[in-house]
Amino acid sequence: MSAIQPIQQNQRQFISGNEAVAQAARDAGCSVASAYPGTPSTEILEFIAAYPNIYSEWSINEKVSLEVAIGASLAGSRSLCAMKHVGVNVASDALMTQTLIGAVGGLVLVVADDVGLSSSQNEQDSRYWGRFAHLPILEPSDAQETYEMTRLAFDLSEQYEVPVIVRLTTRICHVKGVVTCSPAESYEPKGFTKDPSRFVMVPGNAKKRIPLMMARDQTLRQVSETHSLNHVESGSDQTIGFVTSGAAYYHVKEAYPDAPIFKLGFSHPAPIEKIREFSATVDKLVVVEEVEPLLETELRAAGVSVYGKDILPRIGELAPHVLTPCIDKLLGKTCKGELIPVDELFPRPPTLCVACPHLGIYYCLSHIKNTIIAGDIGCYTLGAGHPWNALDTTISMGASLSVAMGIDKGRSAADENKNVLAVIGDSTFMHMGMQGLLDITYNKGNVTVLLLDNRAVGMTGGQNAPSSGLDLHGEATMQVDFRKLCEALGVKPERIHEVNPYELPTLFKALRSETKIKEPSVIITNQPCVLTERYSQLPPLKVDDDKCTGCSNCLDVGCPAILVTRRETVIKPNGKEKELSFVNIDTAACTGCDLCTNTCAPDAIIPAFNVENINAVEVK
Amino acid sequence: MTVQNKTAELNTDTVTNILVVGVGGQGVMTAADVLSQAALALGYDVKKTEVAGMAQRGGVVTSHVRFGKKVLSPSIKPGDADMMIGFEPAEALRWHSHLKPGAVVMVNDYPLIPPVVSIGLFDYPEDPLGQLANSTVELHRFNAGEAAIELGDRRLVNSIMLGAIADHLPFPPETLEEALLNRFQHKGESLVELNRQAFALGRQAFNQIDELETV
Repeated sequence: MSAIQPIQQNQRQFISGNEAVAQAARDAGCSVASAYPGTPSTEILEFIAAYPNIYSEWSINEKVSLEVAIGASLAGSRSLCAMKHVGVNVASDALMTQTLIGAVGGLVLVVADDVGLSSSQNEQDSRYWGRFAHLPILEPSDAQETYEMTRLAFDLSEQYEVPVIVRLTTRICHVKGVVTCSPAESYEPKGFTKDPSRFVMVPGNAKKRIPLMMARDQTLRQVSETHSLNHVESGSDQTIGFVTSGAAYYHVKEAYPDAPIFKLGFSHPAPIEKIREFSATVDKLVVVEEVEPLLETELRAAGVSVYGKDILPRIGELAPHVLTPCIDKLLGKTCKGELIPVDELFPRPPTLCVACPHLGIYYCLSHIKNTIIAGDIGCYTLGAGHPWNALDTTISMGASLSVAMGIDKGRSAADENKNVLAVIGDSTFMHMGMQGLLDITYNKGNVTVLLLDNRAVGMTGGQNAPSSGLDLHGEATMQVDFRKLCEALGVKPERIHEVNPYELPTLFKALRSETKIKEPSVIITNQPCVLTERYSQLPPLKVDDDKCTGCSNCLDVGCPAILVTRRETVIKPNGKEKELSFVNIDTAACTGCDLCTNTCAPDAIIPAFNVENINAVEVK
Repeated sequence: MTVQNKTAELNTDTVTNILVVGVGGQGVMTAADVLSQAALALGYDVKKTEVAGMAQRGGVVTSHVRFGKKVLSPSIKPGDADMMIGFEPAEALRWHSHLKPGAVVMVNDYPLIPPVVSIGLFDYPEDPLGQLANSTVELHRFNAGEAAIELGDRRLVNSIMLGAIADHLPFPPETLEEALLNRFQHKGESLVELNRQAFALGRQAFNQIDELETV
């Protein structure tokens, strides 16, 4: 990581928005940083972890993470908390009350919206939280602005005693650009001063804080009206003007370089009067904001005439090629330029990794009939795809258990004999899943839980969690004992099974026996994520062409290293047609997990190299 | 002479748009990063962006590299790419409409078949590069995948493909080579040497193929 290198001011660095946040936290004298991994915000804490002056942690979920940052702020230190958009839903309980207390040491909440859903279960606009929680929002448009605004956020937070949201999007977090840092400052923590009327939010105290929050809104609106982050960039062609913020700003400039632009950096509370003045200087004013028509609605309510989501899409990024046809239509122009047409191609959806320990689980689940399977958020969500098609629901972090409970209790007569399963990973279980298990045991649900413990947060790149026994810095720490935890949550000891997910017969046996018993049970898998150092490869496999019968059983495993070489249609003795698929194994990709060998009746899957040769290589 | 070239480029408002496309795990993002570092070293403004949802899981990965005096949007508009490095033939075809007429296109002619094709749900196009070859772009193809395996490591595809594009950039190929090899300095001389070889192979192999085709 380049972050480890010594800081050189005025140096042109080529870094992402996420790294810019980390460097800003470092240079602002931030003391505490916390996060739960989530695309596209994950790297922020990974970069911060390299700075020895900042205490940084992977928290177990976003609510805990924000509360840690809140505590540090109340202790008088500067703190930063980073999360993806859906994380704020989890953290919002703390956020909605913290806004009444405000900040002591600068408290910055960096939220990364996944506009375009590159890796999320929904697309939501975190700018709503500014309105809902009465908090100011800064919206950078590139990595340099991300650095500057994150630093400014700490100052604003202290000056107005308010947590500040820095709203990023995927197109800011993961875009690298040229960034120059400003001189670092040292921040002396103020210390904790007891102030129960402000910090203890019981009704009597909270009631008195509400008017203060309202007054703060007014002050912040005035700040926004005159702030240099909100400014007009003049243009030569007044037929159309734009109000825009975040990533969309550069998209607008790219598509309409001659148009006047009102650039919003301090985007909430919005400088309505300043925008009203700007609107008078252009013939047509278009609000270009990604996802929801928030500013547009506020401007319309204030009597400013604007175009917005009536002509622009409400989902996805507002990239230049998306903007141009919409705006040109408004201007009565015809869109120019023909693109090279491309025939529709096969999709290339993400897959589980070669030798992933989840492959065995989904092989079994796709072969078990009469089940309803509630899924969760993680790599194993990919089990909903081909060839397994093994998940029936995916909603939010931890929902598999509680949704399974509801399916169990809400089942109709037609589903009377169905087995209800929940599939969840280790980190998601600790994030928000274990409460669901307690609900199942307490309320006597009949759910079989598959706890896929690969000892890492796999989907975001194999980050550590309490199941890893390692912290954010890779240092040894406690390791959660899932068997004991599940027991403590009320699952009977004999209903908890630890299984090796590469042993298909064991898996099938555990699944069959536990689904038959009408009480809560937990099957815990015990093999590590293949992306982590814990995983050790075995000698690779190959297919003996002479023995392969084309039965395609191994393809049901879904391992990306197994490839079809040819297909054949044969007529069986009973006259029915059967499709045969002969395969080979990409030996260079195979790590010898042996899962497919379990599914091969004719024993056509064999070691790629004979053992003597391997030994010879090792000796050499 | 190099410096003069550089100054001439920086004085124009031209932005160079390079698409790097492929499949998660092939090194698309690394290749794009090396291109960016080279442009950065020459004083350009540079932006690099990816569409890489779940990139480590065999999905489509596309990296946009833009450099010039001043770069605004990080995304390359459809029809606006000057060059493309395709790590996989069908992926190169997928991004065809992003190319300008006359764009230089370097493709690793080494198909990677995804599981959805393998299990028979979709077809892999018979000749994905055929459509590219018959269009207005300047297509160069070479099986860099196989060459990388022959050199000893399939990850060398990355350096071969960078070598392929090296002579088509608005700056000297040595700048790109230096940016590439810088990444391996801390990993030892043998790895630097291996990547130097791969880079040279890419430069040569893609050119040789061109000569053969024009003959």
